[in-house]
Amino acid sequence: MTTPASAPDPAPTPAPDPALGFDLGAALAESQVDDLLATLDADLVGLTPVKTRIREIAALLLVEKLRTQAGLPAGPPSLHMSFTGNPGTGKTTIALRMAEILHRLGYIRKGHLVAVTRDDLVGQFIGHTAPRTKEVLKRAMGGVLFIDEAYYLYRPENERDYGQEAIEILLQVMEDQRDDLVVIMAGYRDRMDRFFASNPGISSRVAHHIDFPDYTQDELEAIALLMLERMQYRLSPAARTALAEYIERRRARPNFANARSIRNALDRARLRQANRLFARPDVRLTRDDLMTIEAADILASRVFAPADGAAEGET
Amino acid sequence: MRITQGTFSFLPDLSDRQIVAQLEYCLAQGWAISIEYTDDPHPRNTYWEMYGSPMFDLHDAAGVMVELEAARRTFPDQYIKLNAFDSTKGVESLRLSFIVNRPADEPGFRLVRQEAAGRTIRYTVQR
Repeated sequence: MTTPASAPDPAPTPAPDPALGFDLGAALAESQVDDLLATLDADLVGLTPVKTRIREIAALLLVEKLRTQAGLPAGPPSLHMSFTGNPGTGKTTIALRMAEILHRLGYIRKGHLVAVTRDDLVGQFIGHTAPRTKEVLKRAMGGVLFIDEAYYLYRPENERDYGQEAIEILLQVMEDQRDDLVVIMAGYRDRMDRFFASNPGISSRVAHHIDFPDYTQDELEAIALLMLERMQYRLSPAARTALAEYIERRRARPNFANARSIRNALDRARLRQANRLFARPDVRLTRDDLMTIEAADILASRVFAPADGAAEGET
Repeated sequence: MRITQGTFSFLPDLSDRQIVAQLEYCLAQGWAISIEYTDDPHPRNTYWEMYGSPMFDLHDAAGVMVELEAARRTFPDQYIKLNAFDSTKGVESLRLSFIVNRPADEPGFRLVRQEAAGRTIRYTVQR
């Protein structure tokens, strides 16, 4: 039987005259993908290698579109990806953006993201895994399937682990239904490498490996300011210095999760700010008071406590 | 004799492409699709066998088509239909149901006559 979904509708616009050449600019404007790339640049600090790769993929898909118009052979490229990087480096956020970009470029039909982990794919008993994995795959069709910490699917220490079954189903769909969904696997760099090394089938079907670098001190500060701006808060000059100091100390701590730690820190600063305002109910607050985070709100954090006190914990 | 049950049954069989278009419409309405099959298409046989569980939370018809292909491979000589269930409060029933697979040879039904009390004649259809 044919899969009619893969047959695109005939383009409503008349075929361009090859003598006139092909207008990449017009194709770009039509897909509106440059807006998306611009917001990507504006919204996400740093991540230069990631943004470059997304640009390349977008360019490839656009050229592929023009090649089809010109009657050249153009097989849809395989776009399964792996995102590697430490926690909080923006893998999930980028995956969401990626779904949108691929949708705008017409590579996937719906542009939704289905985020799953091992528990959603692997069953509890014999015969449970296949229907479970298939159901997830069916939900993801037309969009992007994001498998967080994909390496947990493969447990070499237990040869009867059901993860292997999920991997096999996944592989088959990744190969046979490339135009129905895009699979993105994410996780720590070293564990992903080991996962791919022990599953050559998966590794050979994942075309794009994108590494998410850790953020630098400056980037983390920029992220913090961006987050505060979006939440309609501002820092007093002293708090600005305190924040830089906080980030520097927090980075040296264990369990530092990049942007996620920053977001948590800001949430706690907001909490302390609210508490500080609450402590003086007699004072009439101005709009400014409600928006400003003072140095004290940040300095109360545990990372400023003497080193011997609390070694772990995020407060 | 061609069985005419459900929507579109007086039309020629839908192509896969047309089925996808119908499914896309159903999914856009937020209806859940399920697949059912039977070898007994008697009009009074309301409950066909379910092929897999109903599919909720789908976004794209490709997911249903995968299952439909599997169902056709498993039961090429049976009737298969797609149902679209609307879970809206107060509706909670099928909105659309159409046959997507028929056996190559459809025997149809014959009329059966039964003598009942007082020279009454009862009629029914039988395969």
